[in-house]
Amino acid sequence: MGKRSLVVALVLMLTLSTAGTALANLQINGAGASFPFPIYSRWFDEYRQIDPAVQINYQSIGSGGGISQITARTVDFGATDGPMTDEALAELDRKLLHIPTVIGAVSVVYNIPGVDSGLKLTGDILADIYLGEITNWNDARIAEINSDIVLPHLSIAVARRSDGSGTTFTFSDYLSSVSETWKNRVGAGNALRWPVGLGAKGNEGVAGLVRQLPGAIGYVEQAYAEQNNLSQAALQNKAGNYIMPSLEGASLAAAGVDMPSDFRVSIVNAAGEQAYPIATFTWLLVYENAFDEAVGGKLAEFLLWAVTEGAPYAEELHYAPLPAEVAEMVKDTLKQLHFNGTPFLQ
Amino acid sequence: MMQQLHKGHLGRDSSPGAQGEHKQDKRMLAATIQDRAFKHISLLAALAVLALVVVIVYQLTTNAWEAISRYRLGFVLSSVWDPVFHDYGALPFVFGTVVSSLLALLIAVPLSLGVAIFLSEIATAKLRRPIIFLVEVLASIPSVIYGLWGIFVLVPLVRQSQPFFQRWFGFLPIFQGPPFGYSLLAAAIILAIMIIPTITSLSRDALAAVPNHQREASYALGASHWETIKNVVLPYNKSGIIAAVMLGLGRALGETMAVTMVIGNMPQISASLFMPAQTMASLIANEFGEAVSPLHVSALMEIGLLLFLVTLLINVLAKFLTTRTKHKGVQK
Repeated sequence: MGKRSLVVALVLMLTLSTAGTALANLQINGAGASFPFPIYSRWFDEYRQIDPAVQINYQSIGSGGGISQITARTVDFGATDGPMTDEALAELDRKLLHIPTVIGAVSVVYNIPGVDSGLKLTGDILADIYLGEITNWNDARIAEINSDIVLPHLSIAVARRSDGSGTTFTFSDYLSSVSETWKNRVGAGNALRWPVGLGAKGNEGVAGLVRQLPGAIGYVEQAYAEQNNLSQAALQNKAGNYIMPSLEGASLAAAGVDMPSDFRVSIVNAAGEQAYPIATFTWLLVYENAFDEAVGGKLAEFLLWAVTEGAPYAEELHYAPLPAEVAEMVKDTLKQLHFNGTPFLQ
Repeated sequence: MMQQLHKGHLGRDSSPGAQGEHKQDKRMLAATIQDRAFKHISLLAALAVLALVVVIVYQLTTNAWEAISRYRLGFVLSSVWDPVFHDYGALPFVFGTVVSSLLALLIAVPLSLGVAIFLSEIATAKLRRPIIFLVEVLASIPSVIYGLWGIFVLVPLVRQSQPFFQRWFGFLPIFQGPPFGYSLLAAAIILAIMIIPTITSLSRDALAAVPNHQREASYALGASHWETIKNVVLPYNKSGIIAAVMLGLGRALGETMAVTMVIGNMPQISASLFMPAQTMASLIANEFGEAVSPLHVSALMEIGLLLFLVTLLINVLAKFLTTRTKHKGVQK
């Protein structure tokens, strides 16, 4: 008897709890970039406290997957680290907006025995290292700008991502902007035809490779380099200053560009005295004219919250928040979101 | 087997007791329906497997069509893989897959056969059980664990061993190149370790299937233990051992995670064992998630189709080899 009542109670509890969640929920589904996943999941979590009726699900399947899913409309929003091309946008029946959410920086990390910090590099030298033109740490060109440290005679082991990645896109976008040779021979993309180097999967793979291989150089998200205490190089920016990777440097890079109204802009090698040169926006992709009124409305409310009250969470997780002017522009853009002509936000 | 069961029913039913003939009829009817239903269900299951293969090939082909029609045979022969300027060729990946798997076989087959022979012919029961258990444990380790072990133990080992090889055999092209550790060799060793359990347990089964009177006859003719194993036990079930090796090869060709963690992921064809390379499975796993342009996706699909064809070819070859050795076969 006791057993049976226990079972009944359990069944009751289960039905009640599922009914409870089913009542409260409007599900919004998204997919895309893995680079901003930590901040997005934090936002979705925090936002549940603010609007318990909304549950946002996000699958970090990569920018490519995010773009193809939002264009196929199997999700309500997409996310990408690299802006979509004009051709891809022109193929859609409805206007798809890029909403910048946070800024990320990419650090150049290295493992040179005896040199724990203080390495300086120019974009030109970095490109030539990745092109396989500079192969030893005691190369005269590296020594010239690093007169304060002694670089060993040690061959450079180039490390890079083997998986397609927004980080690779940003890094190669930077190299393309500083080196004509790189631009013509390799170019910018999520995956490349690398002239030299060892490929490793994910930030953790590249970091592991760099930590293990004396003489290695690699690139990882700045947050990752920070959390794992990797030696990071200072890079020469457009103004000629050597800048260590930092959140402020990344924000300054974003402040230093002319922002187009559709936000699709590269902020590598940006102007600004203290701007860090390898930085990027990451974007959410939403249709201007929503396909579903309820979902579109809640999504617009969430986005507004994310770029205003949500912004402080970004820094906790090592992302740079949008500069104030950009945040204002995003707010204006969010007001354009509508359902068949009725805007969601005032 | 089913027919036998059926006959069993009939046999019993044809000599019914005096009472309950009606009951027997009913039972017979039920049994026939059961048999028929079972026959159809199992047929359906068999057809489902066939359908699955057809659907996979069809899907891969249609999705890869853009790349297939654009590059034709050039896809397999070109060694450029450039997602930025949209030029795709599969040769370095085919090379990496086939060579790493064959190298793995080179290492794994002698070892596995040694273990299998020891277990089936030499080991005492006391020793046999723990060793079999350990082999099974080896088989159940997830590949990502092998990969991690590869990164932290095997790769540094390969890196440190390279100067030694270069010092003594440096003139050989297979030992040249900078000491990275992440290399074709590291991938081959990891793969070898991963397929040893498969080859071992299947060839042990094959050896265990050799009837004891074969061994006894050999001993009776004055053959030693070693001669018996070499001349009687191994040839008797050659086809079983070949099948075991081929299954191991199949696993090596498709292995993704562990390989991608140690191979260095550089699509190039190099004579050196110590140079990084890239395999088909690892390329797909690496680039598919972030492939944006339709041609890139399509080229990756064609890589998948190629991998499928290579494994199919291996399986057909295995079937061919096993039936041939059976026919040529040792007296059965």
